[in-house]
Amino acid sequence: MTLADQKAAVAEASESFIDNELGATVTEAAQAVLEDSTERGGGIRMQHVDKIYPGAASKALDDFNLDIKPGEMVVLLGGSGCGKSTALRALAGLEDIQAGRILVGGQDVTATPVNKRNMAMVSQAYSLFPHMTALQNVEFGLEVRGMKKAERRRIAMEKLELVGLTDQAGKYTQQMSGGQQQRVALARALAISPRVLLLDEPLSALDAKVRVQLRDEIRRIQLETGTTTVFVTHDQEEALAVADRIGVMNHGRIEQIAAPQDLYQRPATEYVATFIGLTNRLPGGSNGSEAVVFGQRVPLLEGSKQGPLVAVLVRPEALTLTPAETNTSNVGEHARVETIHFLGALVRVDTVISSGEWQRWNGGEQLRVTVQLPASELPAGLAIGSDVVVAPRAVPALAV
Amino acid sequence: MAVNPETAHRTVGAANPPQLRAIRLRRQRIFKAIVLTLTLLFLFIPLASMLLFTVRHPLSGQWSLAPWQAIFTGNGESLGADLTVLWEGLGSSLLLCVVTVVIMLVLMVPTMVIVHIRSRRLERAIEWVATLPLTIPAIVLVVGLGPIYRWLSADVFSTDPVWLCFAYVVLVMPFAFRSIAVGLNSIDVKTLVEASRSLGASWPRVFFRVIIPNLWQSILSASFISIAVVLGEYTVASLLGRMNLQVALYQLGQSNSQVSTAMSLLALMFGVILLVALDLISTAMRTSKEGK
Repeated sequence: MTLADQKAAVAEASESFIDNELGATVTEAAQAVLEDSTERGGGIRMQHVDKIYPGAASKALDDFNLDIKPGEMVVLLGGSGCGKSTALRALAGLEDIQAGRILVGGQDVTATPVNKRNMAMVSQAYSLFPHMTALQNVEFGLEVRGMKKAERRRIAMEKLELVGLTDQAGKYTQQMSGGQQQRVALARALAISPRVLLLDEPLSALDAKVRVQLRDEIRRIQLETGTTTVFVTHDQEEALAVADRIGVMNHGRIEQIAAPQDLYQRPATEYVATFIGLTNRLPGGSNGSEAVVFGQRVPLLEGSKQGPLVAVLVRPEALTLTPAETNTSNVGEHARVETIHFLGALVRVDTVISSGEWQRWNGGEQLRVTVQLPASELPAGLAIGSDVVVAPRAVPALAV
Repeated sequence: MAVNPETAHRTVGAANPPQLRAIRLRRQRIFKAIVLTLTLLFLFIPLASMLLFTVRHPLSGQWSLAPWQAIFTGNGESLGADLTVLWEGLGSSLLLCVVTVVIMLVLMVPTMVIVHIRSRRLERAIEWVATLPLTIPAIVLVVGLGPIYRWLSADVFSTDPVWLCFAYVVLVMPFAFRSIAVGLNSIDVKTLVEASRSLGASWPRVFFRVIIPNLWQSILSASFISIAVVLGEYTVASLLGRMNLQVALYQLGQSNSQVSTAMSLLALMFGVILLVALDLISTAMRTSKEGK
């Protein structure tokens, strides 16, 4: 555990302590840690939050819970309508909630109006004030706080330098590109030293190249400033690239929240496994801790289903592919190559299992299996229509 | 000389399109010039006739600048015209312009901004209500306003023409609504409000520091159009027995139609100058932001 993680853990404990009635007796040491945590933005706790929009059939947030450590960057990831933006807006105070409470740095901000929460938001839509220059935009939050002109100009220029736009300070929004506008919006948000930085799909309106550049810049700045950040996106590549932890959302709640690698390698639910990356559903017998898939023993993740015939979710890179004529192993299933996609260093091979038994298991549809392997390991002479044997590796998987 | 039909066809085909395009463009230019000339004639013949009428006596045929001199010197006795009524009407109309514009802006801008952010459905309802005065003839409006103004004159205010401002706010509403709505639709109000609120701005600051500056052009447009409507309004003032510029011009026309026509022409020119000023200001604002 790094020093920052330890501090975050103590800060979190202090926040909980302050939060209860004994808060007045908080020790000096805990107070110091808490102040440090506040400087870094303070932790966030959303507890049992419900949100239903008027006229909606279902809740946008349904018993939503989220804990974020001070200084952490958490990405809320999910498809359209899963409630990720609503969660962010509820945290910002832009949406009223029907139940639950929201704490920032140990303080209950549920009833605090949006302009008193000291959070800053960068949204998907370009939100710069068109009648102001980039510099005036960045100064706005400081002006609201009554800061003197010279001081706020100095801070605004610092923030513009942070996002690499000092030369654009005198320009209006119409004179800047989309990427530049979002950079200025980020500088404007950071200028007020917010307790929490909220990013609501800030990159989705940008082209691919700028998106990657700005994504990396956001992460660099977040690490530099140590601001607690919540980032909402539907782009899993973006989420995997910037997050300390990713919360995968579905039907108004978080299905799983974990570090990107854990989320990919140890999905807790079928939704998470299928939402993040590619997954094959393969038939196998499970005893809850181990499954046999195509004759190969596969260790199972916690929460896996037991049964004589369950679906085991296996990643494409956790499968091997051998030409049928050279196969000597007694595990695996015969398949026919359908397509081969060259992805540079990697190759993705789509195959169809020949056995009619598995077709019946798959509800009458052909069982398709995708295998991904390094380009250097692609068997020589493999072509569309080749007979191959696919088999899982002994990599932990989830049975559902 | 023998001509290969295939080659001839190709030659004609290759030469024709640019020529045809040039002919088409020339025809379009001629058509545009004709339409523009007709429109300008339609607009300027009455104005030119008015101008002619003010400098050439209709009965004697004598040329004279006396009506214009009377207006600019403020002395119409030599022409047998009492200009007091004109100044009174002009004063009333100018005051009405200011009061009407102020009430219209105070009433409509915050309402439209709030409705634009909160409820699109209500925005449509307001649009319908705001455009109603266009569909109701002024005479019908006066029938409804009559009793209200009788009560206002007797029990609340006075018979001062400035109280016509309430009726005029209703009259200018369709034009003002349209101008402000165009401004609101041209900016992402909701995003700007949310951005400024999340940066810590209070509602008054959001309104005056973020919304209004972005609606400035629309507000100017709504104000200028309202001024033009108020300056030209006759029916309501006349039927309710109040004095304004148009009523004064009508009365003046009974004693000296040349002075009355000259003043009408001036009022018209004032309206035109307002609209040209609006256009110039809009262009200046746009170019300064685009950095041209």
